[in-house]
Amino acid sequence: MSSSKISIMVVSGSRERLQMAAMLASVGAVSGSEVTVFLSMNALPYFIKGHGENAPVEGEFGKTMQGKNVPPFKDLFHKAVELGDAKIYPCSMAMDVLNAKPADLEPYLGEPLGLTKFLSDSAGSQVWTF
Amino acid sequence: MSEKKVIDARGTFCPGPLMELIANMKLINVGDELEVLSTDKGSAADVPEWVNKVGHQMVSTTEENGVWHIVVRKAK
Repeated sequence: MSSSKISIMVVSGSRERLQMAAMLASVGAVSGSEVTVFLSMNALPYFIKGHGENAPVEGEFGKTMQGKNVPPFKDLFHKAVELGDAKIYPCSMAMDVLNAKPADLEPYLGEPLGLTKFLSDSAGSQVWTF
Repeated sequence: MSEKKVIDARGTFCPGPLMELIANMKLINVGDELEVLSTDKGSAADVPEWVNKVGHQMVSTTEENGVWHIVVRKAK
């Protein structure tokens, strides 16, 4: 029933960017779009079990947001999967660099994905980068 | 007979109220209604947008003392 495809690449570890990416993933997924998220670089460590969620802020907005009851970004990514069938993949290169195994990651993530596959899967979709 | 459940999402920001609504939508029967209470003005506009997009029914949106009451009927 997907009316569109949305591909989201998240490489930043900043609070604001992770939050915006999670909002886009969750709202897109529950609105009928086929959402694929590719996590790499500074974004991936937050999805290793036991890693804190306390991402550093980039600016004033991030500071203000910390004092508000904004849904935590990891909850939103989880809801994107749970409620909207989004697919969230860790970048295989980042997994290698971090020396991480699939079992180390949050259980709602898929198997590690290479960039070549992500690019081919993203053909014809909206592509967003954070 | 249809029922109406109230979801208290006051104090949470976008997309918190929408996610609460959707999680509860999965649990109710077609024809039942959900009333979302929200203090987030953006959600008062965004929730009806979602409802129309995915094909459920908006029943009403009213604001009272800074709280939006968004009533939605599950249509499918």
